[in-house]
Parts: sequence; C-alpha cells; structure tokens
Amino acid sequence: MFENLQDKLEHALKRFRGQATISEENIDEALREIRRALIEADVNLNVTNKFVEDVKAKAIGTEVKGKLLPEQLIVKIVHEELVELLGSKQSDIQFSSHPPTVIMVAGLQGSGKTTFCAKLAKNLRKKGRQPLLVACDVHRPAAIEQLKQLGQTINLPVFATEEKNPVKIASDAIIYAKKFARDVVIIDTAGRLTIDQEMMKEVQDISNAVNPNETLFVCDAMIGQDAVTTAKAFHEILSLTGVVLTKLDGDTRGGAALSVMNVVGKPVKFVGTGEKVDALEPFHPERIASRILGMGDILTLVEKAEQQLDEDQAKKLEQKIKKNEFSFEDFLEQLRTIRKMGSLKDLLGLIPGMDKAMRNVSIDDNAFNKVEAVILSMTKFERENPKLLNGSRRKRIADGSGTTVQDVNRLIKQFDDMTKMMKNVSRGGKSRFLKSFGLPQNLGM
Amino acid sequence: MGIFDRFKEKVSSAVQSTSDALGFTKLKDGLSKTRDTFLSRIQGVLGVGRKIDAQLLTQLEEILITADIGFDTSEQIINSVRERVKKEGHENAEEVFDILKDELLKILIQSPSAHNDAVYNINPDRKPHTILVVGVNGVGKTTTIGKLAYNYKNAGRSVVIGAADTFRAAANEQLEIWADRAGVQIVQQKHGADPAAVAYDTVNSAISRDLDVVIIDTAGRLHNKMNLMAELDKISRVIKKLKPEGPEDVYLVLDATTGQNAIQQAKEFMKVSPITGIVLTKLDGTAKGGVVIPIAAELKIPVRYIGVGEKIDDLQLFSPTAFIDALFGE
Ligand SMILES: Nc1nc2c(ncn2[C@@H]2O[C@H](COP(=O)(O)OP(=O)(O)OP(=O)(O)O)[C@@H](O)[C@H]2O)c(=O)[nH]1
Ligand SMILES: [Mg+2]
Repeated sequence: MFENLQDKLEHALKRFRGQATISEENIDEALREIRRALIEADVNLNVTNKFVEDVKAKAIGTEVKGKLLPEQLIVKIVHEELVELLGSKQSDIQFSSHPPTVIMVAGLQGSGKTTFCAKLAKNLRKKGRQPLLVACDVHRPAAIEQLKQLGQTINLPVFATEEKNPVKIASDAIIYAKKFARDVVIIDTAGRLTIDQEMMKEVQDISNAVNPNETLFVCDAMIGQDAVTTAKAFHEILSLTGVVLTKLDGDTRGGAALSVMNVVGKPVKFVGTGEKVDALEPFHPERIASRILGMGDILTLVEKAEQQLDEDQAKKLEQKIKKNEFSFEDFLEQLRTIRKMGSLKDLLGLIPGMDKAMRNVSIDDNAFNKVEAVILSMTKFERENPKLLNGSRRKRIADGSGTTVQDVNRLIKQFDDMTKMMKNVSRGGKSRFLKSFGLPQNLGM
Repeated sequence: MGIFDRFKEKVSSAVQSTSDALGFTKLKDGLSKTRDTFLSRIQGVLGVGRKIDAQLLTQLEEILITADIGFDTSEQIINSVRERVKKEGHENAEEVFDILKDELLKILIQSPSAHNDAVYNINPDRKPHTILVVGVNGVGKTTTIGKLAYNYKNAGRSVVIGAADTFRAAANEQLEIWADRAGVQIVQQKHGADPAAVAYDTVNSAISRDLDVVIIDTAGRLHNKMNLMAELDKISRVIKKLKPEGPEDVYLVLDATTGQNAIQQAKEFMKVSPITGIVLTKLDGTAKGGVVIPIAAELKIPVRYIGVGEKIDDLQLFSPTAFIDALFGE
C-alpha cells in the first residue's frame, strides 16, 4: 500500500552512511521524504512545513552512534516528535460534580457523530453511568430514527420529541435527565458545513442553552487538508474540549489527527474502529504516529494478538518458527485465532513491510472455510510434515475437502510464503515473537 | 488584467452550461463563493508585474497540495508547468495562470468526464438502466441517490430505488423519505435482510413494470474489509442474473473532504466492479475535492456528478473547467 518512510529514508541517506553526525547537507533529501510522507498522510501543509523545520533543527548536529543507521535515527526523531505533538497522555471524559454531565457532539455531515454517541453511551454505562441520548438532528431525514434504533440496540433511553427546534430539545432533555436521574446527557447534533452560517449559529445556540461540560468534535480520520479549516471553525464557535477520530478501522494514514490537534490544542479522547456499537477505543498517540509515517499500526496488532494469545503460546510459536517447525497444525490454529481479531488482510496490513511481502499472496477471508476444509482433510502427520505433500496426497486432500488440486496447491504455496516471511520477521527480533515486529526494536531502542 | 476577465468569462459560461444541462437557473452559492476567492488568491500569487521564479512555482505547488491534489501529482503538475514556461519562453507571472489551468484540465479531460451530455438518456432497448451506488461510510450515497432519482425523473424517466443498505440503523427510513421527495418508487426489505436479495427484487420489479432506471443504494463499507467488498460483488452478480449487461453504471461516491485515502478507496472498489464514474459530494463546503485529480491521473475514472448541497436539486453534472476554477478557492 504505502512504502515505509524508513525505506525511503534509507534510500535518501545511503550515501551518507558512515558519517558521524547529521548535517545540513546530508539531511535535505531526507527532509523531503518526511515532508512527502506527512502530506501523503494528509497532515495539513502548514503543519507539515513547521514540523519539518522542527525536525531539522533537532536532527542537525545529532551524533550517529551505536547501532543506529542515520535513517533509523531520523525516523526515531520524527516519531518521537510526532508522539509529543499528538499528546503523550490520553484523557478521559471530565465528569461534572453536579450531574448531569452534558456532552455535546458536533462535526461535518457523515463524520460518525450519531454512531459515536451510541458507542460513548454504551461505554459510559459499562463504567456505571446512566446516560441519556438526545436526538437533536432535526435536519437529516431519519436521523432521529437512527439514534432511536441505536438506543434500542444498546438498551439505553433516547430523548426524542416532535419538537422542531433543537435548542428546545436539548434544554428539555436536561430537565428530563434531572427528573429521571440520568447522570450523563449525550447530545447528538446534525452534521453541518462550517460555511453554513445559519447552521453554525444553531449549534452555538444549543451549546449556549445547555452549557456542555464536554464538546467533542467528531472527525472522519480520512479527512484531507480541509481538516484545519473545519476544526478551526468549530472550535471558534464551540470551544471544543476534545476530538474523536472515527473510521480508523480503514487504511487511512490519519494525518488529520495532527492537523486537528494543532488547531484545537485539545486531546483526541476516543477513536472509532468499526460500525458496531462497541468499536470504540482510547487514543494512542504512538500508534497514530507510526500510522502517519506509514510504519503500520503495529501496536494495535500486538495488542489484539495479545488479547488472543497467551505468553506461553507465543513463546512456543516463536520457537517453532525459529526451528522451522511451523506446521499446518499451527497454521490452522493461528488462522482461527487471527480470525477472531478481524480481517486477515487488515491485520497483515498492520505489519510494517508486510504489504510488500503479501502483494502477490491473495488472502480472502471468505476463502477461510475452504482453507480450513483443506487442512482438515490432511492427516495429522501431513499437517506436521508439509514437505510430504506430494501429488497423490494433494489429489486425495482435494477430493476429501471438496476443493480442487489447484486450491490445495495454492494453499501450500501460501503456507510456504508465509513461513518464509515469518522467519524473516522474527529474525530481526530480540524478545518475543510478536514484539519483534515492533517499532522499538526496529530503532534499536 | 485581460487574463482574469477572460477567465471569469470562461468560468461563468462553464458553470452556466452545467446548470443549463439540468435546467437549473440558479447558481449554487458554494461554487460561486469559491469562484470569487479563487480570483483574489490566485491574483495574489500571480500578481501583475511579478516574474516567474522558483518561489512562485513553489507557492503554486502549495496551493495544489492544500486542495488535496497530493504530493506527487502536485509535483508532476508543477514540473510540467516549469517545462512549458521554459519551452514557450514565458516570463510574466500572469501567463502561468492559463498554463496551470491547462495542465489540470488535461488530466481531467483525458478521462471521459468531459463528455457528460448524454447521462440522462437511456437506451430503450436495454431497459432498465441499472445504477449501483457504492462508497465508504458517511460520504453521502443515500442523499446522492435521492437527487439522482429526482434528476432522472425530471428528465422524464421512470425510476425505482432499491434499499440495499440493510445494515445501518434507519437507512430504510432515510431512503424512503428521499424516494418520497423525488416522487419515485422504492423496493425494500426489513433491516438485516440480504442486500443482494433487495437488489434482485428491485431489478425484477423494474423489469416487470417496464421502468427506465434502477438505482441501488448500498451500505457504506470501508474498502479494506474483505467480507463487505465480497458482499458488493455478490450484489453485482445477482443483478447480472436478471440483466447480464448490468449494472450499467457503478458510481463511486467520494466525499470532497476526504484526503489521499480516496485514491485507495477508488483502487479497491475498482477491483470489485468497474467504476463507471465518481460522484463528488459536499463540494459546497470549504473542502476542494482535489483528490479526484490524482485519481483521474492514475486511474482514469471520470467524475460524473458533483453534490453541492443537501437539497434535492443539488446534484450537478461535473464540469472540469468549473471544478478547476473552484479548486483554488479560499
Ligand atoms: N467503519 C466505520 N464506520 C463508522 C464509524 N463510525 C461511524 N461509521 C459509519 O459511518 C456512517 C456515518 O455515521 P453516522 O454516525 O450516521 O454519522 P453522522 O455524523 O451522525 O452523520 P450525519 O448525521 O448524517 O451528519 C455510518 O455508515 C456509520 O455506520 C467507524 O468508526 N468505523
Ligand atoms: Mg447523525
């Protein structure tokens, strides 16, 4: 999908291998690549330009020492700088000492506000709160109905009336919440463009009427250069207290995070990672930083994997890969585990450099059943010893699994590619198998 | 200042012909607003008396980047401009203006988007004309379908809409309202039903009732989700059962606020079904939708329509010239 920044820097800095310090002259091409990476990741141009200047200032004069190559050192500086800008701590919802805590949600059309409201409500209920959802989008067709249906799904009340005035709806909702002891009020508002003055005034009026404790700007992670203009306009009118980035389950690099934070100066409080009501996660600056740099959202992968694999299993696996003993039995087990985590291609896409390795290997999640059938048609001995799979065995397996010999061949080829790749990946690592994909090791930290 | 006057003229005629094509007399605020600021801003860079130099080209490149045209394509465009300036011997900043526009136009016109006149005509022997509308979440598919149905209706066609977004909460209700506004029929099943079955029903009912146009709404889906993309493939296959040459059109809806990821979206959706055109939505906002330029350059997919508002008559035929003019707006 994207070429890793480190690969590009390697190219840019090859000539300077062996120089002791990073200097003005050897960094220029590297800075160009950094600039390109950020722009390709949709970081706003002005933010990018400033960032590149800062990195330059930091990098020049830095000694290249230890095992680090110049490009690794620069990536390290860039990554650290990004993490710092993105905020090194994540921050939660600030609850009011006089309930109800009022949380207002605003943003452009289709950014994911309504879905987020439902996700947040569900999340807060889990933490012992009693949220009330409020449907203030009187503009988009069936928007109120949408929130009502989401409320039903998560079994939480939705305040919705026939009233056409969203300011009135919001104020009434607060009275209702007090009466019925709902301690959090989450107000969904209509999507709006910042140049629509009437609509901007409307959202400001709602805000003035309910005086929210939190005003969250919901921003599609795929947004481009316009992120700054939009965030600025919402911030000016609403004094935002936080940002929500949605649709991070896509493959966008998410540079908007940087642009928006730069304008709003407030933390990203949540990220949306799916359409379902529980796909809400806290924000991790270091992951977005890696994503922006095209280095894969590796920590997410590690975390997901860790949720599924226990330590022992992981160690065993690492040993097997090292000793070349990774078998179809393990493959099947891995596939089943991975399937629990999400789409195979998504997951592999999270691994730096994996894109390239996987380019010619097609992975279709739906083909999984076929794969499983094929493996299950092998004898246990065959699964442990894939080398044995000659023509006649392949034919038998194809017949037994209701597939074709081509299917079986393809799977065996995929398996070979995969084991080779795993070996490569694990070779670089020091500690645990999964950790060996990680950025820190890459940087020799 | 002759150049700017000439330019103004060109813009208004392009925009006018776009609106005329649809029988609209009013010019949309969004577009006219950006048009005005475009002039002032571009004048800022290409001021009278200024000579063409490296800094000027960098400034232009930055304008391109801030319009989401992307690093590589912006660089390529500026390189071509630089070469032409050299070859044709231009010196004055003003002269760069037409060259830049020309280079951008070239990219858009090499895809067939310039030939947009026949869109509401359909072949009576091949009825119903089936249109599948796809895209990632929240880009404006449903709204676009409402407007498209309305435009076809205005052009004298009979239309049925298929509600194949059976996933999102209240998607049916939303589409129903649009069908109602456009005054066209709708085929739907209950929430959670098989979207391919809805598509099948819709095409089937259009055939039995001899309708002209079928427009199928689909659930928003991120292009990196295999299973959801496979579902889309299934919808096309099911349509083909009733109409082997269908769907005649597959429109990819892109949100003008989207950045470089739109390229990825186009690439992935293309793999599932041949995209016959892009609908670029939300152009009435501050975002420029410049990412369609690298998409046109790389993938040669034409832009068919632009969305310029939330009202039913806010879908216009795409005009490359008008679009480029709006690109540089504030
Ligand atoms: N994949 C994915 N889809 C999301 C996410 N959040 C929202 N969506 C989807 O994005 C689309 C728009 O979401 P909504 O919640 O309706 O957005 P909205 O901002 O309320 O939209 P309007 O009210 O129309 O302005 C829907 O299809 C949602 O299912 C997310 O984190 N990931
Ligand atoms: Mg909404």
